Amino acid sequence: MSIDVKKVKKNAFRITKQRGKTALRIRVPGGHLEVKYFDIIKEIAEKYGDGTVHITIRQGFEVPGIDFDKMPEINRMIKPIIEGLELDIGVNIDDPEAGYPAAGTRNVSGCIGNKVCPFANYNTTDLTRKIEKEIFPNDYHVKIAVTGCPNDCIKAHMQDFGVIGITEPQYDEGRCISCQACVKNCRKRVTGALKFENYTVVKDEDRCIGCGECVLKCPTGAMTRSKEKYYRLVIMGRTGKKNPRIARTFLNWVDEETVIKVIKNCYDYIDEYIDKSLGKEHVGYIVDRTGYNVFKEAVLKDVKLRTKAKIADYIDFGGYMYERNRFFSEVSR
Amino acid sequence: MGYQLLNKDFNDILNQLKSEYKIYGPKRFENKGRFSDTDVIGYGEIDKLEDIVLDEKTYFSPKEIIYPIRQTLFYFTEDEVKVPDAPEDKVIVFLRPCDINGIKRLDTIFLENGPYKDVYYERLREKVKFFMIECTEGFDSCFCVSMNSNKTHDYAVAIRFNEENVLIDLKDRDLLEYFENYGKAEEFTPEYIKENKAKVSIPYPEKVTNEMFEHEVWQEYTRRCIGCGRCNTSCITCSCFTMQDVYYDANKKVGERRRVWASCQIDVFTNMAGGHGFREKQGQRMRFKTMHKINDFYKRFGFHMCVGCGRCDDVCPEYISFSKCINKLYSIVEEGNNDEK
Repeated sequence: MSIDVKKVKKNAFRITKQRGKTALRIRVPGGHLEVKYFDIIKEIAEKYGDGTVHITIRQGFEVPGIDFDKMPEINRMIKPIIEGLELDIGVNIDDPEAGYPAAGTRNVSGCIGNKVCPFANYNTTDLTRKIEKEIFPNDYHVKIAVTGCPNDCIKAHMQDFGVIGITEPQYDEGRCISCQACVKNCRKRVTGALKFENYTVVKDEDRCIGCGECVLKCPTGAMTRSKEKYYRLVIMGRTGKKNPRIARTFLNWVDEETVIKVIKNCYDYIDEYIDKSLGKEHVGYIVDRTGYNVFKEAVLKDVKLRTKAKIADYIDFGGYMYERNRFFSEVSR
Repeated sequence: MGYQLLNKDFNDILNQLKSEYKIYGPKRFENKGRFSDTDVIGYGEIDKLEDIVLDEKTYFSPKEIIYPIRQTLFYFTEDEVKVPDAPEDKVIVFLRPCDINGIKRLDTIFLENGPYKDVYYERLREKVKFFMIECTEGFDSCFCVSMNSNKTHDYAVAIRFNEENVLIDLKDRDLLEYFENYGKAEEFTPEYIKENKAKVSIPYPEKVTNEMFEHEVWQEYTRRCIGCGRCNTSCITCSCFTMQDVYYDANKKVGERRRVWASCQIDVFTNMAGGHGFREKQGQRMRFKTMHKINDFYKRFGFHMCVGCGRCDDVCPEYISFSKCINKLYSIVEEGNNDEK
């Protein structure tokens, strides 16, 4: 059997443990899709696979048990999915009958967002689609997820780029009845950014993380959301076998345009600094090598930050090492 | 006097009225809803007919116009007190019959309950003219017909909004000069809603005995209610307030006394010196509110406090329905049905 493995992988099919069998991977940006696509997935699984489908952690579908020679047929079958979930949102794919043209950059996942969730500060599906349009197709290994609020249900903190929606609470003192619902809730559930002084709510700007809980609790509409939508961008969280770690805040109180531009710029950064001797290199390890400042300068190229925005001067990524000498090399003679 | 006016003529009149009146109506506050990307419909100043939202009920009632959420009663120094001047502007409010009847309840509490009139209320209230929005359909949670508050004749102007014109019944002669040069005379009598989707039966006040106070029906609300106070803050008839003496930061001997809306559902409402409170459970608070709205107010004034606007149903985050509560009470008191859940 002759299989061009690299081509297969790039086409979003997997090399599996069972020789001769592959698995199809379907992207679902933002994890939200019309149910009509289930029919296609079902048909592929029943006709070519083993009748099962795996829902991936990144909110895609993986259909296992497929013969390699069925790939062209299956690619033709998933054309409506590629059209509906990629082309229609502006992704450029030359031949929608040839399957996915890349698999390196993973599906952009998103929590359900403000279509349904009361906590979410924006429409996450819309943002995942805007990001997908800018960065797909692409071979570089980057994981992105967007979440509606600092509850971070999508686990944006485990991504290379995690986008967290926030809002700047607007306090109308004249509508406040001093019930302290916001103050008590912020103290119990959030960061204790609100204090009650002289019958009035006082906010500690440095402690407010923009979650919007105070808005939800207010019975008079004294606390409302800001007209502007803001985001916190956390970076370089990861699992893996060297140094698992939670993402740290890179930018805070930035706009959507900045988020998208920074993520896009990251691909130029990877292009310049990736270890070309490797088949692929995960972006987090590139940042480990170049240092945060090189990364920061590259991704902020041509980005105009608004005055409210905050940039990390330094990031202590932390996490833990499986082996404490992992990042040491011996001097070879 | 009846008139038929084109919308643009009506807007001209509004424009002219603005020189003398502040004009409030139900309007859309964009992105000011609790959830992101949602609006809230509330009361605010309007410029034109198109600003008025007719197809949704307001989340907050118009009471805040005449009974502000926070109101300074006087400023004090060490030896002087100054009452703030009354606002000069006269006020026009676009509102539905239930809300006019609701304001009648506020009038009763602030002006007729006891030997003194509440001057702060009175001086705002006397500046207000009602522009009644004809309401014949209502909304899902309304039960004004059951509360006998679907009708009123207490208005300066009643309005039927059609696609391109409005029909006007003008009662207030002060406003004649604004209207008489526009449109054509046409008799118009506003109609009123005859039947709501939601209906309540109220137990006869004298039949509600002290046994009802300890009834298990209230336990359900101890379990369900989170004490957020939205039912009170959205209610057109809730009039409870508390006092705050605020000392200014820069000079602690100077400050102001103000009154602020209070809610019988929120902690501290019944707190007394020493921190003792006598309605600790939410069920007890629900009982207190219910009895006030459909029992003891009636005993004192001869009509019920609740006007059935249904806003408390609309805004409750726990989906507690006040009309359902009233009906449960009726079933227990009048029908002896103690199993009603």
